[in-house]
Amino acid sequence: MELNRRELLSGVGKFIILSGSARAALESARGAPAVDSQYRMAEHWWGMTIDVSKCIGCGNCVRACAAENGVPKGYFRTWVERYHVSGADLEHPRVDSPDGGINGFPPRQAGGKNFFVPKLCNHCVDSPCVQSCPVGATYDSPDGVVLVDEKYCVGCRYCVQACPYGCRYLHPTKHTADKCTLCYHRITKGLTTACCEACPTGARQLADLKNPNDPVHEFLRSDNVQILKPYMATRAKVYYKDLDGAVR
Amino acid sequence: MKRVLGEAEHLVRLAVVAAVLVLIFFAIRRAVVPAGFGKYGHYRSASLDDIRARPISFAGHEACEACHDGIVKVKVAGKHAHINCEACHGPAAKHADDPFNNHALKPDPATLCVRCHEADAAKPKNFPQVISREHYGPACGDCHNPHHPNGV
Repeated sequence: MELNRRELLSGVGKFIILSGSARAALESARGAPAVDSQYRMAEHWWGMTIDVSKCIGCGNCVRACAAENGVPKGYFRTWVERYHVSGADLEHPRVDSPDGGINGFPPRQAGGKNFFVPKLCNHCVDSPCVQSCPVGATYDSPDGVVLVDEKYCVGCRYCVQACPYGCRYLHPTKHTADKCTLCYHRITKGLTTACCEACPTGARQLADLKNPNDPVHEFLRSDNVQILKPYMATRAKVYYKDLDGAVR
Repeated sequence: MKRVLGEAEHLVRLAVVAAVLVLIFFAIRRAVVPAGFGKYGHYRSASLDDIRARPISFAGHEACEACHDGIVKVKVAGKHAHINCEACHGPAAKHADDPFNNHALKPDPATLCVRCHEADAAKPKNFPQVISREHYGPACGDCHNPHHPNGV
Protein backbone atom coordinates (compact mmCIF):
# COMPACT_ATOMS: atom_id res chain seq x y z
CA MET A 1 0.00 0.00 0.00
CA GLU A 2 1.32 3.37 -1.00
CA LEU A 3 1.17 5.94 1.77
CA ASN A 4 1.69 9.63 1.17
CA ARG A 5 2.72 12.13 3.78
CA ARG A 6 -0.80 13.45 4.28
CA GLU A 7 -2.24 9.98 4.96
CA LEU A 8 0.58 9.07 7.30
CA LEU A 9 0.24 12.25 9.39
CA SER A 10 -3.53 12.04 9.65
CA GLY A 11 -3.31 8.33 10.52
CA VAL A 12 -0.82 8.92 13.32
CA GLY A 13 -2.93 11.80 14.65
CA LYS A 14 -6.10 9.68 14.67
CA PHE A 15 -4.31 6.80 16.40
CA ILE A 16 -2.97 9.03 19.18
CA ILE A 17 -6.31 10.71 19.80
CA LEU A 18 -8.28 7.45 19.74
CA SER A 19 -5.88 5.52 21.98
CA GLY A 20 -5.78 8.41 24.47
CA SER A 21 -9.54 8.67 24.75
CA ALA A 22 -9.90 4.87 24.87
CA ARG A 23 -7.55 4.74 27.85
CA ALA A 24 -9.40 7.55 29.62
CA ALA A 25 -12.73 5.80 28.98
CA LEU A 26 -11.32 2.54 30.38
CA GLU A 27 -10.08 4.28 33.51
CA SER A 28 -13.40 5.96 34.22
CA ALA A 29 -15.26 2.68 33.59
CA ARG A 30 -13.04 0.81 36.04
CA GLY A 31 -13.78 3.48 38.64
CA ALA A 32 -12.35 4.04 42.11
CA PRO A 33 -12.13 1.24 44.70
CA ALA A 34 -15.34 0.81 46.66
CA VAL A 35 -15.14 2.89 49.83
CA ASP A 36 -17.69 4.34 52.17
CA SER A 37 -19.06 7.53 50.65
CA GLN A 38 -20.52 8.79 53.95
CA TYR A 39 -17.24 10.47 54.78
CA ARG A 40 -16.95 14.14 53.76
CA MET A 41 -13.37 15.34 53.51
CA ALA A 42 -14.36 19.00 53.72
CA GLU A 43 -15.81 18.50 57.22
CA HIS A 44 -12.58 17.30 58.86
CA TRP A 45 -9.15 18.66 59.68
CA TRP A 46 -7.12 16.01 61.44
CA GLY A 47 -4.38 16.34 64.02
CA MET A 48 -3.39 14.79 67.33
CA THR A 49 -2.91 15.86 70.91
CA ILE A 50 -0.25 14.27 73.13
CA ASP A 51 -0.15 14.74 76.88
CA VAL A 52 3.51 14.10 77.72
CA SER A 53 2.76 13.87 81.43
CA LYS A 54 0.51 10.85 80.83
CA CYS A 55 2.94 8.77 78.74
CA ILE A 56 4.29 5.74 80.62
CA GLY A 57 6.54 4.43 77.83
CA CYS A 58 4.77 1.06 77.55
CA GLY A 59 5.27 0.92 73.79
CA ASN A 60 1.65 -0.06 73.10
CA CYS A 61 1.36 2.62 70.41
CA VAL A 62 4.46 1.38 68.58
CA ARG A 63 3.24 -2.23 68.62
CA ALA A 64 -0.29 -1.23 67.61
CA CYS A 65 1.00 0.84 64.71
CA ALA A 66 3.18 -2.02 63.47
CA ALA A 67 0.26 -4.46 63.68
CA GLU A 68 -2.21 -2.14 62.01
CA ASN A 69 0.00 -0.90 59.22
CA GLY A 70 2.44 -3.75 58.65
CA VAL A 71 5.41 -1.53 59.50
CA PRO A 72 8.59 -3.52 58.73
CA LYS A 73 10.82 -4.52 61.64
CA GLY A 74 13.34 -1.83 62.54
CA TYR A 75 11.26 0.97 60.95
CA PHE A 76 8.79 3.17 62.77
CA ARG A 77 5.80 5.30 61.90
CA THR A 78 5.54 6.17 65.56
CA TRP A 79 8.04 5.66 68.33
CA VAL A 80 8.66 6.67 71.94
CA GLU A 81 11.76 8.48 73.22
CA ARG A 82 12.92 8.54 76.82
CA TYR A 83 14.58 11.78 77.86
CA HIS A 84 17.00 12.31 80.68
CA VAL A 85 17.98 15.90 81.44
CA SER A 86 20.57 16.33 84.16
CA GLY A 87 20.86 19.55 86.13
CA ALA A 88 20.37 22.67 84.09
CA ASP A 89 21.93 21.23 80.92
CA LEU A 90 18.90 21.62 78.67
CA GLU A 91 21.11 21.63 75.61
CA HIS A 92 22.34 18.06 75.96
CA PRO A 93 19.52 15.73 76.98
CA ARG A 94 20.29 12.01 76.95
CA VAL A 95 17.73 10.29 74.77
CA ASP A 96 17.19 6.57 74.35
CA SER A 97 14.61 4.70 72.31
CA PRO A 98 15.56 1.01 72.10
CA ASP A 99 13.80 -0.37 68.99
CA GLY A 100 11.55 2.68 69.06
CA GLY A 101 10.24 1.54 72.44
CA ILE A 102 8.38 -1.36 70.80
CA ASN A 103 9.31 -3.64 73.71
CA GLY A 104 9.13 -0.95 76.36
CA PHE A 105 12.19 0.41 78.11
CA PRO A 106 14.73 -1.14 80.49
CA PRO A 107 13.97 0.35 83.92
CA ARG A 108 15.92 3.43 84.90
CA GLN A 109 16.26 4.83 88.37
CA ALA A 110 18.09 8.10 88.04
CA GLY A 111 18.12 11.68 89.21
CA GLY A 112 17.42 14.70 87.05
CA LYS A 113 14.40 15.04 84.85
CA ASN A 114 13.12 11.90 83.15
CA PHE A 115 10.13 11.62 80.86
CA PHE A 116 8.79 9.90 77.73
CA VAL A 117 7.91 11.64 74.48
CA PRO A 118 5.88 9.77 71.85
CA LYS A 119 6.57 10.88 68.30
CA LEU A 120 4.91 10.46 64.93
CA CYS A 121 4.35 12.40 61.73
CA ASN A 122 3.24 15.90 62.67
CA HIS A 123 0.93 16.21 59.65
CA CYS A 124 2.21 19.73 59.07
CA VAL A 125 0.11 22.29 57.25
CA ASP A 126 3.23 23.56 55.45
CA SER A 127 4.95 20.21 55.07
CA PRO A 128 8.57 20.28 53.89
CA CYS A 129 8.17 16.72 52.59
CA VAL A 130 5.28 17.63 50.31
CA GLN A 131 7.13 20.66 48.98
CA SER A 132 10.18 18.56 48.11
CA CYS A 133 8.42 15.71 46.29
CA PRO A 134 9.30 15.99 42.59
CA VAL A 135 6.55 13.70 41.26
CA GLY A 136 3.42 14.57 43.25
CA ALA A 137 3.55 11.30 45.19
CA THR A 138 3.29 12.84 48.64
CA TYR A 139 0.58 15.33 49.34
CA ASP A 140 -1.62 17.07 51.90
CA SER A 141 -5.09 15.56 51.71
CA PRO A 142 -8.04 17.99 51.78
CA ASP A 143 -8.70 16.87 55.39
CA GLY A 144 -5.20 17.72 56.58
CA VAL A 145 -3.34 14.39 56.46
CA VAL A 146 0.05 14.03 54.78
CA LEU A 147 -0.06 10.87 52.65
CA VAL A 148 2.09 8.98 50.15
CA ASP A 149 0.87 7.59 46.84
CA GLU A 150 2.77 4.30 46.63
CA LYS A 151 2.01 3.91 42.93
CA TYR A 152 3.54 7.28 42.12
CA CYS A 153 6.52 7.39 44.48
CA VAL A 154 9.82 6.86 42.68
CA GLY A 155 11.79 6.35 45.90
CA CYS A 156 14.11 9.33 45.50
CA ARG A 157 14.18 9.95 49.30
CA TYR A 158 13.94 13.76 48.98
CA CYS A 159 11.05 13.74 51.45
CA VAL A 160 12.96 11.54 53.91
CA GLN A 161 15.69 14.16 53.96
CA ALA A 162 13.27 17.08 54.05
CA CYS A 163 11.29 15.99 57.13
CA PRO A 164 12.71 17.86 60.12
CA TYR A 165 11.17 15.32 62.50
CA GLY A 166 12.65 12.14 60.98
CA CYS A 167 9.20 10.66 60.46
CA ARG A 168 9.77 9.07 57.05
CA TYR A 169 11.68 6.07 55.79
CA LEU A 170 12.14 4.21 52.55
CA HIS A 171 10.20 0.95 52.75
CA PRO A 172 12.76 -1.86 52.47
CA THR A 173 10.74 -4.04 50.08
CA LYS A 174 8.38 -1.61 48.33
CA HIS A 175 11.20 0.92 47.82
CA THR A 176 8.77 3.80 48.22
CA ALA A 177 8.58 6.44 50.93
CA ASP A 178 6.48 5.32 53.89
CA LYS A 179 5.14 7.14 56.91
CA CYS A 180 2.29 7.56 59.37
CA THR A 181 -1.04 7.96 57.56
CA LEU A 182 -2.77 8.97 60.80
CA CYS A 183 -4.57 5.64 60.13
CA TYR A 184 -6.42 7.31 57.28
CA HIS A 185 -8.17 3.99 56.54
CA ARG A 186 -9.54 4.04 60.11
CA ILE A 187 -10.38 7.69 60.74
CA THR A 188 -12.38 7.89 57.52
CA LYS A 189 -14.52 5.02 58.89
CA GLY A 190 -15.20 6.81 62.19
CA LEU A 191 -12.60 4.84 64.17
CA THR A 192 -9.66 6.36 66.00
CA THR A 193 -6.04 5.59 65.08
CA ALA A 194 -4.49 2.27 66.15
CA CYS A 195 -2.04 4.06 68.48
CA CYS A 196 -4.80 6.01 70.20
CA GLU A 197 -6.95 2.87 70.48
CA ALA A 198 -4.08 1.03 72.17
CA CYS A 199 -2.79 3.83 74.43
CA PRO A 200 -3.70 2.76 77.99
CA THR A 201 -3.43 6.19 79.60
CA GLY A 202 -5.07 8.33 76.93
CA ALA A 203 -1.86 10.28 76.41
CA ARG A 204 -2.62 10.34 72.68
CA GLN A 205 -5.91 11.58 71.30
CA LEU A 206 -6.91 11.90 67.69
CA ALA A 207 -8.17 15.44 67.10
CA ASP A 208 -10.57 16.77 64.49
CA LEU A 209 -10.02 20.51 64.45
CA LYS A 210 -13.12 21.13 62.31
CA ASN A 211 -15.40 19.38 64.78
CA PRO A 212 -16.61 22.06 67.21
CA ASN A 213 -17.32 19.42 69.89
CA ASP A 214 -13.84 17.89 69.80
CA PRO A 215 -11.96 18.23 73.14
CA VAL A 216 -8.96 19.52 71.16
CA HIS A 217 -10.41 23.05 71.29
CA GLU A 218 -10.49 23.06 75.09
CA PHE A 219 -7.01 21.48 75.07
CA LEU A 220 -5.62 24.28 72.89
CA ARG A 221 -7.44 27.00 74.83
CA SER A 222 -6.49 26.10 78.37
CA ASP A 223 -3.40 23.84 78.43
CA ASN A 224 0.29 24.53 78.00
CA VAL A 225 0.62 23.44 74.41
CA GLN A 226 3.69 23.32 72.21
CA ILE A 227 4.54 21.85 68.82
CA LEU A 228 7.89 20.31 67.91
CA LYS A 229 10.45 22.60 66.23
CA PRO A 230 8.14 25.60 65.85
CA TYR A 231 11.09 27.52 64.34
CA MET A 232 10.85 25.29 61.25
CA ALA A 233 7.53 27.03 60.45
CA THR A 234 5.93 23.73 59.47
CA ARG A 235 2.67 24.49 61.31
CA ALA A 236 2.63 20.99 62.78
CA LYS A 237 -0.75 19.62 63.91
CA VAL A 238 0.53 17.25 66.61
CA TYR A 239 0.09 19.30 69.77
CA TYR A 240 2.11 18.41 72.87
CA LYS A 241 0.92 19.30 76.35
CA ASP A 242 3.57 20.08 79.00
CA LEU A 243 6.48 19.51 76.63
CA ASP A 244 9.90 20.10 78.20
CA GLY A 245 12.19 22.62 76.53
CA ALA A 246 14.87 19.97 76.09
CA VAL A 247 12.81 18.00 73.57
CA ARG A 248 14.04 18.25 69.99
CA MET B 1 -6.51 26.24 -3.10
CA LYS B 2 -3.45 28.11 -4.21
CA ARG B 3 -5.68 30.68 -5.88
CA VAL B 4 -7.82 31.22 -2.76
CA LEU B 5 -5.03 31.59 -0.26
CA GLY B 6 -2.55 33.19 -2.60
CA GLU B 7 0.51 34.56 -0.82
CA ALA B 8 -0.62 33.25 2.62
CA GLU B 9 -0.37 29.56 1.74
CA HIS B 10 2.90 28.94 3.64
CA LEU B 11 1.39 30.53 6.76
CA VAL B 12 -1.64 28.28 6.59
CA ARG B 13 0.57 25.19 6.27
CA LEU B 14 2.53 26.33 9.31
CA ALA B 15 -0.68 26.91 11.27
CA VAL B 16 -1.94 23.43 10.40
CA VAL B 17 1.34 21.83 11.52
CA ALA B 18 1.22 23.85 14.78
CA ALA B 19 -2.39 22.80 15.41
CA VAL B 20 -1.49 19.13 14.86
CA LEU B 21 1.43 19.43 17.31
CA VAL B 22 -0.86 20.97 19.93
CA LEU B 23 -3.38 18.17 19.43
CA ILE B 24 -0.63 15.55 19.77
CA PHE B 25 0.51 17.24 23.01
CA PHE B 26 -2.97 17.08 24.52
CA ALA B 27 -3.46 13.49 23.37
CA ILE B 28 -0.18 12.37 24.97
CA ARG B 29 -0.99 14.35 28.11
CA ARG B 30 -4.36 12.65 28.32
CA ALA B 31 -2.78 9.23 27.92
CA VAL B 32 0.03 9.76 30.41
CA VAL B 33 -1.53 11.79 33.25
CA PRO B 34 -3.72 9.54 35.42
CA ALA B 35 -7.40 10.33 35.94
CA GLY B 36 -8.01 12.65 38.89
CA PHE B 37 -4.50 14.12 38.92
CA GLY B 38 -5.01 17.76 39.92
CA LYS B 39 -8.55 17.24 41.22
CA TYR B 40 -7.53 18.22 44.77
CA GLY B 41 -3.93 19.21 44.15
CA HIS B 42 -0.73 18.07 42.51
CA TYR B 43 -1.42 14.37 43.11
CA ARG B 44 -3.57 11.44 42.01
CA SER B 45 -6.94 11.75 43.75
CA ALA B 46 -7.56 7.98 43.55
CA SER B 47 -4.61 7.53 45.92
CA LEU B 48 -6.89 8.69 48.75
CA ASP B 49 -9.26 5.82 47.95
CA ASP B 50 -6.38 3.34 47.73
CA ILE B 51 -5.27 4.30 51.24
CA ARG B 52 -8.82 4.27 52.61
CA ALA B 53 -9.38 0.79 51.22
CA ARG B 54 -6.65 -0.77 53.40
CA PRO B 55 -7.98 -3.31 55.92
CA ILE B 56 -8.16 -2.55 59.64
CA SER B 57 -6.75 -4.86 62.31
CA PHE B 58 -7.97 -3.09 65.48
CA ALA B 59 -11.74 -3.39 65.69
CA GLY B 60 -12.21 -0.53 68.18
CA HIS B 61 -13.59 -0.84 71.70
CA GLU B 62 -17.19 -0.26 70.61
CA ALA B 63 -17.09 -3.48 68.58
CA CYS B 64 -15.83 -5.40 71.66
CA GLU B 65 -18.37 -3.85 74.00
CA ALA B 66 -21.26 -4.86 71.72
CA CYS B 67 -20.82 -8.52 72.81
CA HIS B 68 -18.69 -8.53 76.00
CA ASP B 69 -21.05 -6.44 78.13
CA GLY B 70 -20.40 -8.52 81.26
CA ILE B 71 -16.69 -7.63 81.25
CA VAL B 72 -17.47 -4.00 80.46
CA LYS B 73 -19.57 -3.82 83.64
CA VAL B 74 -16.66 -5.11 85.73
CA LYS B 75 -14.15 -2.89 83.97
CA VAL B 76 -15.99 0.45 84.25
CA ALA B 77 -16.07 0.12 88.03
CA GLY B 78 -12.28 -0.29 88.29
CA LYS B 79 -9.13 1.70 87.68
CA HIS B 80 -8.74 0.26 84.19
CA ALA B 81 -12.10 1.68 83.08
CA HIS B 82 -10.56 3.98 80.48
CA ILE B 83 -8.27 1.33 78.90
CA ASN B 84 -9.52 -0.02 75.59
CA CYS B 85 -9.79 -3.79 75.25
CA GLU B 86 -7.26 -4.08 72.45
CA ALA B 87 -4.59 -2.27 74.47
CA CYS B 88 -4.01 -5.61 76.25
CA HIS B 89 -5.77 -8.14 74.02
CA GLY B 90 -4.12 -6.99 70.81
CA PRO B 91 -5.68 -6.35 67.40
CA ALA B 92 -9.04 -8.13 67.26
CA ALA B 93 -10.72 -7.11 64.00
CA LYS B 94 -10.53 -10.73 62.75
CA HIS B 95 -12.12 -11.90 65.99
CA ALA B 96 -14.86 -9.29 65.65
CA ASP B 97 -15.59 -10.42 62.08
CA ASP B 98 -15.63 -14.13 62.89
CA PRO B 99 -15.70 -14.57 66.69
CA PHE B 100 -15.78 -18.38 66.73
CA ASN B 101 -12.92 -19.14 64.40
CA ASN B 102 -10.57 -16.31 65.37
CA HIS B 103 -9.76 -15.69 68.98
CA ALA B 104 -8.44 -12.51 70.54
CA LEU B 105 -5.20 -12.74 72.47
CA LYS B 106 -5.45 -13.87 76.09
CA PRO B 107 -2.40 -12.13 77.53
CA ASP B 108 -0.26 -13.55 80.30
CA PRO B 109 -0.49 -11.21 83.33
CA ALA B 110 3.12 -12.04 84.23
CA THR B 111 4.42 -10.17 81.18
CA LEU B 112 1.46 -7.90 80.51
CA CYS B 113 1.22 -5.98 83.78
CA VAL B 114 4.90 -5.03 84.11
CA ARG B 115 4.82 -3.53 80.64
CA CYS B 116 2.99 -0.56 82.17
CA HIS B 117 3.58 -0.90 85.90
CA GLU B 118 7.32 -1.68 86.19
CA ALA B 119 8.90 1.24 88.03
CA ASP B 120 10.80 3.73 85.89
CA ALA B 121 12.03 7.20 86.78
CA ALA B 122 10.59 8.53 83.53
CA LYS B 123 7.04 7.47 84.36
CA PRO B 124 4.66 10.06 85.80
CA LYS B 125 5.02 10.23 89.59
CA ASN B 126 1.31 9.60 90.21
CA PHE B 127 1.26 6.47 88.07
CA PRO B 128 1.12 3.23 90.15
CA GLN B 129 4.46 1.44 89.76
CA VAL B 130 6.12 -1.61 91.31
CA ILE B 131 9.60 -3.08 91.21
CA SER B 132 8.43 -6.52 90.13
CA ARG B 133 11.29 -8.54 91.63
CA GLU B 134 10.65 -6.93 95.03
CA HIS B 135 6.88 -7.40 94.70
CA TYR B 136 5.07 -10.58 95.74
CA GLY B 137 5.72 -12.61 92.64
CA PRO B 138 5.54 -12.74 88.91
CA ALA B 139 1.96 -14.09 88.73
CA CYS B 140 0.08 -10.77 89.10
CA GLY B 141 -3.17 -12.50 88.21
CA ASP B 142 -3.08 -14.52 91.46
CA CYS B 143 -3.98 -11.41 93.45
CA HIS B 144 -5.09 -8.80 90.91
CA ASN B 145 -7.95 -9.02 88.42
CA PRO B 146 -6.70 -7.18 85.33
CA HIS B 147 -10.25 -6.08 84.49
CA HIS B 148 -10.77 -4.66 87.97
CA PRO B 149 -7.30 -4.28 89.51
CA ASN B 150 -8.18 -2.23 92.60
CA GLY B 151 -10.27 -5.07 93.97
CA VAL B 152 -7.33 -7.02 95.41
